[in-house]
Amino acid sequence: MRLRKPRTIRPPSLLAIVLLLPLAALADFQFPLNLQKPVTIVGREIYDLNTVINWICAGIFVVVFIPMFYALWHHRKSLGHQPHHFHENSKLETLWTIVPFLVLIGIAIPTTAVVVDMKDTSKPDMTVKVTGRQWKWEYEYLGQEVKYISTLATSRDQVNNKAPKSEHYLLEVDKPLVVPTGQKVRLVFTSADVIHAWWVPALGVKQDAIPGFLRDAWIKVDEPGTYRGQCAELCGVDHGYMPIVVEAVPPAKFAAWMDQQKTQLAEAKAAASKEYALAELVAMGEKVYKTNCVSCHQANGQGLPPAFPPLDNSKVVTGAIEGHLSTVFHGRPGTAMQAFGPQLSDLDIAAVVTYERNSWHNKTGNAVQPREVAALRK
Amino acid sequence: MEAVLHDSHHEDHPTGLMRWFTTTNHKDIGSLYLWFSLLMFFFAGTLAMLIRAELFQPGIQIVQPQIFNQLTSMHGLIMIFGAIMPALVGFANWQIPLMIGAPDMAFPRMNNWSFWLLPVAAILLSTSFFVPGGAMAGGWTMYPPLYIQGGISYDMTILAVHIMGLSSIMGAINIIVTVLNLRAPGMTLMKMPLFVWTWLITAFLLVAVMPVLASVVTMLLTDRHFGTHFFNAAGGGDPIMYQHIFWTFGHPEVYIMILPAFGIISTIIPTFARKKLFGYTSMVYAVAAIAGLSFMVWAHHMFTTGMPVAGQLYFMYATMLISVPTGVKVFNWVATLWKGSISFETPMLFALAFVCLFTIGGFSGLVVSIVPVDIQLQDTYYVVAHFHYVLFSGSAMAIMGGIYYWLPKWTGHMYDETLGRIHFWLTAIAFNVTFFPMHFLGLAGMPRRIPDYALQFADFNRLVSLGSFVLGASQLIFLYVVVKCIRGGAKAGDRPWEGAETLEWSLSSPPPYHSFTVAPEVK
Repeated sequence: MRLRKPRTIRPPSLLAIVLLLPLAALADFQFPLNLQKPVTIVGREIYDLNTVINWICAGIFVVVFIPMFYALWHHRKSLGHQPHHFHENSKLETLWTIVPFLVLIGIAIPTTAVVVDMKDTSKPDMTVKVTGRQWKWEYEYLGQEVKYISTLATSRDQVNNKAPKSEHYLLEVDKPLVVPTGQKVRLVFTSADVIHAWWVPALGVKQDAIPGFLRDAWIKVDEPGTYRGQCAELCGVDHGYMPIVVEAVPPAKFAAWMDQQKTQLAEAKAAASKEYALAELVAMGEKVYKTNCVSCHQANGQGLPPAFPPLDNSKVVTGAIEGHLSTVFHGRPGTAMQAFGPQLSDLDIAAVVTYERNSWHNKTGNAVQPREVAALRK
Repeated sequence: MEAVLHDSHHEDHPTGLMRWFTTTNHKDIGSLYLWFSLLMFFFAGTLAMLIRAELFQPGIQIVQPQIFNQLTSMHGLIMIFGAIMPALVGFANWQIPLMIGAPDMAFPRMNNWSFWLLPVAAILLSTSFFVPGGAMAGGWTMYPPLYIQGGISYDMTILAVHIMGLSSIMGAINIIVTVLNLRAPGMTLMKMPLFVWTWLITAFLLVAVMPVLASVVTMLLTDRHFGTHFFNAAGGGDPIMYQHIFWTFGHPEVYIMILPAFGIISTIIPTFARKKLFGYTSMVYAVAAIAGLSFMVWAHHMFTTGMPVAGQLYFMYATMLISVPTGVKVFNWVATLWKGSISFETPMLFALAFVCLFTIGGFSGLVVSIVPVDIQLQDTYYVVAHFHYVLFSGSAMAIMGGIYYWLPKWTGHMYDETLGRIHFWLTAIAFNVTFFPMHFLGLAGMPRRIPDYALQFADFNRLVSLGSFVLGASQLIFLYVVVKCIRGGAKAGDRPWEGAETLEWSLSSPPPYHSFTVAPEVK
């Protein structure tokens, strides 16, 4: 078999390759230019408003700057252009005061309708209470007794460049908010500590979660899917690490999910009445510590003093169990230490307290049982 | 003979450091303000470089999140209170007496005190990085309850804000009294250069809103230490009330930083178009209208707090209205250029870039005034892009243009035109590479004030960081040009710009230490 003579590369195609190479390189890059694809009515209305206003701005820009660049080109001193001596024209000045005003009215009318629509949270099919906490979200399905906390699922190793970054780096959680498609879901927002903001771009919702106050918004998701967002209000050290994931599923699937949640809750209750060995508690506690405590008190237990004190060799942690348990359960008002009683299960609190009492240089040997935590709830 | 002795006595002043500590001369104090501002500009700029270095790629590389939040907070606070405002006050000190034919500011000794408070505040802010817990990390807006959680640096910040506010109020009173009382005979209000007008209106804004800022940070202080609950719902307070009071200060503050910049641009453009400013009267009214409206739109910074429909609609309509007088100003600048005899020296390049880029900032401002769209864009990089278009390519580039414009007058030497143009083009291009992509990042869903981000934002962030490094480095050229110009260069002559018509150009360059000891006659 004869080898085919290699084709010579002619200059024009060489040029094309040279020109296309950077483009090919660019093809790997992501340059998102517009709002995310909306999946709610309000989201779509916002998307369209933004498009219209951008075209209006672009139009005004052209109308204003064509004369300016014309003047810069043709009325140059270097061309010998002599200055004219007008410096007033009341007709023109009145015109360019009134025309923009009319353009604004043109923008304001459709916008007003969207604002009214956006704020209409009446007649929901279901309501979810969303509580912001440093640095996680709590979802409570009102009237269903289902309540859980949703935290960042990306590992610290990925953040610290010790592991490759996953596809949804920083935008993944352990337990997403699950909502049924096609139903009007009212979201009620509040916060347990500082101001947070719950934002999912594809849903067209951003609402501050304010401690001590309730605010609401609504969504009605058209199509099943996973929609991701983040906290949008600076809320402390881990502001960048409290993502939001909403999973919209068909109503039948949602009902099944809800049943499953209720079963799991019942099982957790049963688990809390058991006795556990020290090693078991420490292993469970390490997991709880990594999701809830590590960002302030750090993996090595040294904390970030003075705001976040060390737990290693701490008087509270190595002292009486009651004091330690109470600090975790009730928090420390006036400091960044939150009350974990309302957030974690009895077993989780017992496990994390045990873990802290038996880690780093702390060697108390205590195994704290869930019933001791349950006693605090009475 | 007696007159000569009298004059030479007035030229006397202490030399060396004592000259600067004890000076009551408006030119010396103007220079102090400008040098202070330049120093703070580089300090806060370095913080920005660190921010961009951390954001160069996803993951945590250079600084931990806690430090990152300190960097963003202090960058904002120092750029606003340390760089932009003092620079504009520096211009006021140098230029207002020269432009209205006054011998000095009305209260020279208070003038000295207004300046020397600033380094105290700057020391408090810059040393707060080294106290336990590090610098303030609650954002320049200092929102509670987050602010209540912080350490001692948060108190140092409150104290620094008080001191800077005090300085601003005294400076503003000085400007108002000077403009209203010390104008040369014949200079009626409507004959004043537009720069003086913008500063007069700005000074009223300062006197009105600085006490509001002082009050609200005092409330923070008492909430932190003295058991009050202004902003704590558990004690009957309201964290959102803080935001209402803060933005009652904060929105006029935005115009405090831009109105004098309008004044500088309205001085530069007629000079290099060799044609009188178009629509002087409407310019004055537009500035006054913008200042008036600035008190009525504060809550547009708070659309996502969840106001009632009526509140959102009112603040949206009122905010949209601001684009009318702002538009008038842009149209007037374009009409001033029309059929002029235009040349492109460095100050003019900065002024023209200002008109284009500030307008882009104005447009993005209109976009975020639309409540539903703002819901998507609030607290994202879109907003970061927006306020850098109005504060960097707006205020900061107007300040740079103004420096190039008046340096020949202040120093007696021409600056290096070639280097000036290189500085301009590098700044203008790098600025856009840095900040334009931020619009896209915000639209795509990247929140501001985060030390780390999802992978789809990585490519734009790398581009933005590269742009910002060039932007930062280009400012060293600016420093070099300024120092070079002070140390020597071609003689400027009394009026280096043939199109310049205001009073300062009738004096020698540099002007005598005491100018207009005999008031000039204005026809």
